[in-house]
Amino acid sequence: MNPQAPSTPDAPPLPPPPAAGPSPVSGKAVRPGDRIFLGLSRGSGITLLVVMAAIAAFLTYRSVLAISGDHANFFTTLDWNATGTEPRFGIAVLAFGTVVSALLAMVIAVPVAVGIALFISHYAPRRLASPLGYVIDLLAAVPSIIYGLWGALFLVPHLTGLYSWLDDYLGWTGIFSYSDGAARSLFTVGILLAIMILPIVTSVSREVFLQAPKMHEEAALALGATRWEVIRMSVLPFGRSGVISASMLGLGRALGETMAVATVLSPSFLISTSLLDPGGGTFAQNIAAKFSEADTFGQDALIASGLVLFVITLLVNGAARLIIARRKEYS
Amino acid sequence: MAKRIDVSGLTAYYGSHKAIDDISMSVEPRSVTAFIGPSGCGKSTFLRTLNRMHEVTPGGRVEGKVLLDDENLYGSGVDPVAVRRTVGMVFQRPNPFPTMSIFDNVAAGLRLNGTYKKSDLKDIVEKSLKGANLWNEVKDRLGKPGSGLSGGQQQRLCIARAIAVEPQVLLMDEPCSALDPISTLAVEDLIGELKERFTIVIVTHNMQQAARVSDRTAFFNLAAVGQPGKLVEIDDTERIFSNPSVQATEDYISGRFG
Repeated sequence: MNPQAPSTPDAPPLPPPPAAGPSPVSGKAVRPGDRIFLGLSRGSGITLLVVMAAIAAFLTYRSVLAISGDHANFFTTLDWNATGTEPRFGIAVLAFGTVVSALLAMVIAVPVAVGIALFISHYAPRRLASPLGYVIDLLAAVPSIIYGLWGALFLVPHLTGLYSWLDDYLGWTGIFSYSDGAARSLFTVGILLAIMILPIVTSVSREVFLQAPKMHEEAALALGATRWEVIRMSVLPFGRSGVISASMLGLGRALGETMAVATVLSPSFLISTSLLDPGGGTFAQNIAAKFSEADTFGQDALIASGLVLFVITLLVNGAARLIIARRKEYS
Repeated sequence: MAKRIDVSGLTAYYGSHKAIDDISMSVEPRSVTAFIGPSGCGKSTFLRTLNRMHEVTPGGRVEGKVLLDDENLYGSGVDPVAVRRTVGMVFQRPNPFPTMSIFDNVAAGLRLNGTYKKSDLKDIVEKSLKGANLWNEVKDRLGKPGSGLSGGQQQRLCIARAIAVEPQVLLMDEPCSALDPISTLAVEDLIGELKERFTIVIVTHNMQQAARVSDRTAFFNLAAVGQPGKLVEIDDTERIFSNPSVQATEDYISGRFG
């Protein structure tokens, strides 16, 4: 009995201690199955971390070699000449082109994707909804080189008309000025990337919208909400973080897209305020275009640009997580 | 504000399955009418036909008439959205909008209708929360999310949301089945107060609750599983629980009590 506790004469006597010997609950605390599974899952986790660390170390090591051998500012130079005794190269054009074309793709694709997802999840009759969803998923499986070919052979010749029109009415902004020529511009790349990321953004958003709780939709309906108001009050708020995640997946693909961009863009190392004029470049496109002819140092330079792309992607994902986390209280 | 409901020959389907068959009854204004009956007898389905929520379910359709005073809710020129603004509903599980604050939850219906003056909004929200006996508990945290409240408070928040738009009729689908006894009592007291202003129809599995809160009680039953539910009888609550005119009602009630 606890000596500090006041004695209670009326308390019933304690039960006798359990008899010595094997109790019904004795046994080995860890079973072999648990052990094996623990080993497997822990091993997988560690492998992932090791691979990530190895990639980061490799990229960083080669990048440091490249940047220290650069005779110009790595971040601001508008040139890519990584050969000879005085290599001069910088990522300014690539960073601009990558970010601008990816953002453009997002601006075009996300509203359309959300619209399609809502149509499939809440408007379309069931007979139409599932085939439509299937077609969207199928679009995601088309290889990027096919998109690239389509972009170069169909999109590029057909966009010149639109670009001239934009130039006539919005040319004064500078962003939409267009002097005749093939439409192999960042804007075209943005449109192509938008089409490419549409399926993934749509299909993730659709899944999220389908999971919107029925009880909140009914709550809105019972208040006299129209279909659109139901979506605005209960489906969109619920799906918000999911749409952001979906967009991030799409953005990841847009930032890193290689073949389609390389096929469509006519690259140049200039930053032009006009998005419609040909020129510019992206990280992935530049690596794909230059890697096969690069010497060891040239490869290092390209790897350094790849590291910057890696960092940009990381920052974008971090920002998205912040946005999602900020309204946690309300979900 | 309160209107009477006259239902005649109402039959509801889920696809080809007939859920309730040929129901006719009247619900008096400013009274509480309780629907009781075994699970699956169609009382919730019937409740949902009274504000045209039944047809929201895929395959749901309705035949027959529901008159609100003299207007047929299933008439050709009737907008279901407008019906639901006139006939409010409270659900089994409390369902405040999780992304909205307490204030916005109550204001949600008003904002939909768009028939309020900005300056009145605060007053209406306060009045509705007071009407739902929730004001004192939440007046200091109107900006906080409604999902942070307890289950009973959430249900009263949903009631406040429903009465904020001043409906003619308030439908309640087992509003206390997810609540603890104390919260249940709070909601029952509230129902007693609300019937001064609204026509209330409540579905409940709890017969003591029906006896406590309602003026009239309707007993629903179904002949067998798979058969459509039917209205067995509707009468004054006192009579249903003491001397019902149909044997099935007495069996059901005494079976549960005994």
